[in-house]
Amino acid sequence: MTAAKLGLFRKAVLTLLMLALSLLFLLPFFWMLSASFKIEAEVFTFPIKWIPTTWHMAENYTEVWVGKFPFYKYYWNTIKVSVLTTLLSCLVSALAAYGFSKVRFGAGKYLFLVVLATYMVPQQAILVPQFILYRSINFFDSHLGLIFLGSFSVLGTFMLRQFFMGINNEYIESGKIDGASHWRIFWRIAFPLVRPAIATYAILRFIWTWNDYQNPLIFLRTDALYTIQLAIQKFTTINGEFYSLIMAGTVSGIVPLLIVFIIGQKSVIEGIALGGVKG
Amino acid sequence: MGEVEAAAKELRPHKDAPPKRRIGSLQMKETLAGFLFIGPMLIGVSVLTLIPIIATFVLSLADWNFVAGWDGLKWTGFDNFQRLFKDEAFIKSLTNNGLFLLTVPVYMAIAMFLAIVIDKHVYMKSYFKVAFFMPYISSVVAVAIVWQVLFHPSVGPVNQTLMALGIDNPPKWIADPKFALVSLMMISVWISIGFNMIVYIAGLQSIPRDLYEAAEIDGANTWNKFAKITFPQLSSSSFFLLITGIISTFKVFDLIAVLTKGGPIRSTSMIVWHLYETAFVNLKIGYASSMAVVLFVCVLIITILQWLLQKKWVNY
Repeated sequence: MTAAKLGLFRKAVLTLLMLALSLLFLLPFFWMLSASFKIEAEVFTFPIKWIPTTWHMAENYTEVWVGKFPFYKYYWNTIKVSVLTTLLSCLVSALAAYGFSKVRFGAGKYLFLVVLATYMVPQQAILVPQFILYRSINFFDSHLGLIFLGSFSVLGTFMLRQFFMGINNEYIESGKIDGASHWRIFWRIAFPLVRPAIATYAILRFIWTWNDYQNPLIFLRTDALYTIQLAIQKFTTINGEFYSLIMAGTVSGIVPLLIVFIIGQKSVIEGIALGGVKG
Repeated sequence: MGEVEAAAKELRPHKDAPPKRRIGSLQMKETLAGFLFIGPMLIGVSVLTLIPIIATFVLSLADWNFVAGWDGLKWTGFDNFQRLFKDEAFIKSLTNNGLFLLTVPVYMAIAMFLAIVIDKHVYMKSYFKVAFFMPYISSVVAVAIVWQVLFHPSVGPVNQTLMALGIDNPPKWIADPKFALVSLMMISVWISIGFNMIVYIAGLQSIPRDLYEAAEIDGANTWNKFAKITFPQLSSSSFFLLITGIISTFKVFDLIAVLTKGGPIRSTSMIVWHLYETAFVNLKIGYASSMAVVLFVCVLIITILQWLLQKKWVNY
C-alpha cells in the first residue's frame, strides 16, 4: 500500500470507531425514543428491545399532546415567549451595539464598561431582588415579565458590537453628509450589514429561551402559563410510573428544538465557537 | 462647556471646521442619539441587574421573612454571614461545589481528544459535530428526566446491563447518597462535552498549518506534534473553557432541581440549590441573600483571576 492509501485507510477506520463511539454517546436518546413508542409493560424489558414488538406510538403521543395535560397549550406559550424574547432582545442589543460603536459621545465608553461589568453577575445572585421587584410591579406570573427577563442581554450587545465595529466608518459618515440621522443610518446601512450576525444571535437566544427552566420555575405560578420545560416536569410528576408516556413527553420537548438546531447548525456552531474564541 | 471644547479640539485639524456654536449643537445631537440608542439596554440592565445586585448586598444584612411584609424586616449586620459559615448544610453545599469542579478538567480532556480526531482524522465531520453537541442543545430538564429513568435502581437499563455483566449489587445511582453526586457529575460531563468540543475545533482551525509542516520536516512524531504544537496553541481556548467551566459549576441548578432536589440526605445540595430552597421554599430572604453574596464573590474572584492570568498563561 502507498502512504496515501494507508492514510485513507486509517481515516476510514477512525471514522468507524468514532461512529461507534458517537452512537454509544447518543444511546440515551435512542432509548428515550424507543421507549416512547412502546406499551408500558415493554419499557424495561431486558435485553433492551430497541424496536418495540407492540407499537403504541399513536396512543402515547396523543395522550401527551391532547390528553389531560395537553402539550399544545404549553407549546404555544413557549413559542410566544421564545419568539418575543428573541425579537426584543435582538432589537435592544442591536440598538445598544450600534450606540456603543458608531455614535461618538463621551459617556458611551464608560457606560459600555458598566454594562459589560454586569455580565459577571450570576443571575442566581439577583433572583431574590428580581422576585421582590416583580411582585411589586405586577410582572410576576406573567409572560411579559418572563420576556423582559431575557431581553437585555449583555452577551448579545457585546457580540453585535464586534460586528458593528467591523463596518467601515465611511459608510456612516457618507450617510451623515447626505443629512441622514443615526436612526436612518442604523436601519438603512448598518442593520442590513450585520444581519448574518443578528441571525446567529437570534438562533442562540431562541434556543436558550426555549430551554430555560429556572426563570419560568421562579417567575410563573399559574399552570396555564407554563412553558414547555415546566410542562415536561409537571407531566412527569403526574404520570409517575408511566415511563412510556414520560418518554413521549421528553421526546416532544426535545425534537422541535433539535430540528431548529439541525437546520441552523452552521450558525449555531459558528456562534458558539465565536462567543467561545472571543470570550 | 468641557464637552464643547473637547469636540472643538477633535475637529481643529480640519481646515473647514464649522464655527464653535455649530459644533456644540452637533455634539449635543450626537450625545442625544447615543443615549437614545443605548437607552433601552441601559434601563433594562439598571432595573434588572444593577439595582438587584445592590439590593442583594443590602438584604444580606437583614433578617426578613418574605411573608411578614416590610415591617418584619430586622437589620442584623453581619449575623447572616456568621451563621452561614457555621451552617452545616451550607458548608456541605459548598463542599459539593468544590467536588463538582472535578468535572471541568474531565470534560475538557475528552472534548480536546474528540476535537482533534474530528478536525483532522475522520470523514463526516459535520455529523460528528452535531452528534456530540446534541446533549448540550437539548434541554436539561428533558435530559435529566431521561437519565432519571436510565438510572432507575432496579429496572433501569444501566443497572440491568451492569447486572447482566455480572455485577450483583450495582450502585443505586441518584437514589444512593454515596453515588448521587457522582451520577450528577457524570451527566454534567456528558452534557458539557459538546460545547467544549466546538470551542476546541474552532481553536484547532486557527493553528497555522506550516507549524506542523515544519515539525514534520524535523521528523516529529504524532505525540511530539501534540505536545509541542497542538496543546500549547490551544491554550487560549483551554483557558477560556476552564474559566467558563468553573463559573458554570457555581451555577448548577436545573439538574439538581429536576433529579434530586438536593437529596438524598443533602448529598447533592449545591450553593444555588441551597439558596433557592432558603429563599423560595423557606422564604428566608435575608439569609438567602447572604448566600447570593457568597456566590457573587466566588464568581467575581474567578473573573478577576481571569483578567490577571490571561496575559501570563495564554501562549499565543
